[in-house]
Amino acid sequence: MTRFEVNGQPVEVAAEAAVPLLDVLRNELDLKGSRYGCGLEQCGSCMVLLDGEPVYACSRELGSVAGRRITTIEGLAAHPLVAAFLEEQAGQCGYCLSGIVVSAAALLDRNPAPSRADIVAALDRHLCRCGAHTRILRAVERAATALREGLPA
Amino acid sequence: MSETLPLSVVNNRRPDRWIRFDADRSVHLAVGKVELGQGIITALSQIAAEELDVALGRVRVLSGDTADAPDEGSTTSSQSIEVSGASVRLIAAEVRARVLDRLAQRLNCSPDELSVEDGAFMRGNAPTGHDYWNFAHEADLARDAEGNAPRKPHSSYRIVGTNAARLDLPAKLTGAAFIHDMARPDMLHARILRQPGRGARLVALDEAAIRRAAGGAFRVVRVGNFVAFVGEGETVVQRAATLALDHATWDNARRFAPDQQEAASLVGRPSIERIVGEPPPPDAPELMQAIYTRPFVAHAALAPSCALAEYRAGKLSVWSHTQGVYPLRQSLANVLGIERERITVRHAQGAGCYGHNGADDVALDAALIAMQVPDRCIRVQWRREEEFAFEPFSTAMSISLRAALDATGRPADWMAEIWAGTHVSRPSSGGNMLAAEALPTPAPEPKPQDPPEANGGGGTRNAVPLYDIPVKSVLHHLVTRMPVRTSAMRGLGALPNVFAMEGFIDELAERAGQDPVAYRLAMMSEPRARRVIETVARLANWSRGPAGTGRGFGIGFSRYKNRAAYAAVVVELDVDESVKLRRVWCAADAGLVINPDGARNQLEGGIIHAASITLKEQVTLGAEGVTSLDWDSYPILRFSEVPEITTELIAAPEHPSLGMGECTFGPTAAAIGNAVAHGLGTRIRAMPLTRERIMAALLPS
Repeated sequence: MTRFEVNGQPVEVAAEAAVPLLDVLRNELDLKGSRYGCGLEQCGSCMVLLDGEPVYACSRELGSVAGRRITTIEGLAAHPLVAAFLEEQAGQCGYCLSGIVVSAAALLDRNPAPSRADIVAALDRHLCRCGAHTRILRAVERAATALREGLPA
Repeated sequence: MSETLPLSVVNNRRPDRWIRFDADRSVHLAVGKVELGQGIITALSQIAAEELDVALGRVRVLSGDTADAPDEGSTTSSQSIEVSGASVRLIAAEVRARVLDRLAQRLNCSPDELSVEDGAFMRGNAPTGHDYWNFAHEADLARDAEGNAPRKPHSSYRIVGTNAARLDLPAKLTGAAFIHDMARPDMLHARILRQPGRGARLVALDEAAIRRAAGGAFRVVRVGNFVAFVGEGETVVQRAATLALDHATWDNARRFAPDQQEAASLVGRPSIERIVGEPPPPDAPELMQAIYTRPFVAHAALAPSCALAEYRAGKLSVWSHTQGVYPLRQSLANVLGIERERITVRHAQGAGCYGHNGADDVALDAALIAMQVPDRCIRVQWRREEEFAFEPFSTAMSISLRAALDATGRPADWMAEIWAGTHVSRPSSGGNMLAAEALPTPAPEPKPQDPPEANGGGGTRNAVPLYDIPVKSVLHHLVTRMPVRTSAMRGLGALPNVFAMEGFIDELAERAGQDPVAYRLAMMSEPRARRVIETVARLANWSRGPAGTGRGFGIGFSRYKNRAAYAAVVVELDVDESVKLRRVWCAADAGLVINPDGARNQLEGGIIHAASITLKEQVTLGAEGVTSLDWDSYPILRFSEVPEITTELIAAPEHPSLGMGECTFGPTAAAIGNAVAHGLGTRIRAMPLTRERIMAALLPS
């Protein structure tokens, strides 16, 4: 039994320690917002926060998160980033967005006033195939401004 | 009358198959076109809400369902606004008119006295107490649509033409929204061991070794050379399928030569030939000639393909991110040998779809397993490497252009000779779903064919210049045996053809000593085409310095399919050892635009996607098959490589809507090619424009 915290709630999972965290989140805990894209740490669709730091859930073994704190996109539903992405209509198919919001949340947490270059650097390991990049960058800037000024995005 | 109706209405005449009014005061709109990430559901909702006079928020869309939605074929070729949009507008207007006519009879007044406010019917300024929800059933909405109900003039639009937010985006941002996320109570997970290619035979499979290493229970479903690992645990079947690659022995697997990954290898292969446009003049002086190429490229959707299927009580239910639920149903019926009436296919959304990807193939995988494992829901998810290895690619193309020039330096005749594989091998148009080739009685080898010119052509798409050239001729070689399966991808042949054509136009302009924009305008008489070129030149403050400075500026133009949206693109970039895109400007004319922000999103996405293909993408082959199996070996454009983009939509609401999801594809590739040539002072005619090619071009010859 592996015990850890997901989106502020304690959970217990019976799966073997070597099962990918992504499979546990999606199939055991019904948190479908973390997505399978490659299983190779190459696309970022599965990104979650582990004690506040973005990690690839596809390759992270369940055993390694015992006693630790996971945040998925479902735990960020009220984050100003989500409102900002909707305001900018930052997305097309949307498959990449949950992982991108997770990485952006970690960025804004440590750097409330990121430059465009800071945002690019934080998101560069994420792939978006539809070409929504410029909107996504604007959405993160909008969320940063909203957070700093205490305004709705 | 029917010849003037949009195709989707001709095939689905009953308004009540499209629109009904539900008890919660919502409007149920059923359509056959599906959401691929392009925002079509939102745009069609806007059109329905506009013509019905209801708030946008009341419209609920069912899209792609063989049980409950109309058959609109496949969602392809930028036809959804042109055809489905026109159909929804016509049907909604007819529903509104029929219901108001019936109400006028009831109230003994003229229909002209009646109006609609958010679905409630008014007479003059007074509510009648009637609305769609309590009165629509009084009208006969089952009678075939005639198409003669008045539609609103665009000047009175309140919902069409506004930037309505995407209806599907909130769920996609924050949780379950995709077919991949569907879960049913008795669901089993499955993964496939793919036949390496047509004709390959599985001679040994060491199941015991796979079971030892997979660490959990699963069953093996085998039908001929189709093998699936099926079990309760997704992790275990994923492991089993990965392990199986090393524990399977195939014979008769095809081998590849290294040069087969290059477009040049197609030239001179057996092919079906035809001429589009005028026959080439027999003794045309060939003053200028150049060969442009693009290799095989992948759709490379962000999510590997996925499908669910269940077979219960003799009925097969399939969930798929296919582009066409009805065509898929027919194809499944053909392969499985069961009547299509026993099959239901429902669309569920996948990651961005840019054409014929693995969606139909994985649906057959799931259906085959479901037939072997009845009364359970089977969920098949392709592995990333499987997607890259087995999706149908966009064919490599080699395009040889020749022109004779007149005294002013403009082309007097134009000849394109194209070598390409098929651009459309959907199962509904003669192609095979993969697993059908692995069955004990394999599906026959597909007969190569390409879309006819009436549908915009495939290898010939946008090969005929729109410019004023006295003689324009295209010789198309449809290569009949290809090293890899090829099929439809965004724009079909348009991207390679426009890259070639617009590159060659720049070469001709340079030879004539003329500015590329001025040279184009001097031989373009179509006003809407001139306008996008002039607009983008103004946006970009067009003015070119000398070539070879490392800073490149280039333009590209096309009207997609020579009859859909017009787009002109200017690119500014830096090039030394590699290319760094700086800025991109785009002007487009798509006629009446339903949702301008959605349209801009499509322009921007097309620009970035095309830039990625032009600069980076190539499917690579080794002796045993595809070797570009992950995002390292098949790189695409990243955040750090994306330029600033400025778009301008030409206001043209008096013109019919023109499909625009693919319109920036060719012009972007061309503008990049031309900007690189300007920046380098030498031209690279082979995509992708990689560091290796640039270094080779810079070497003194």
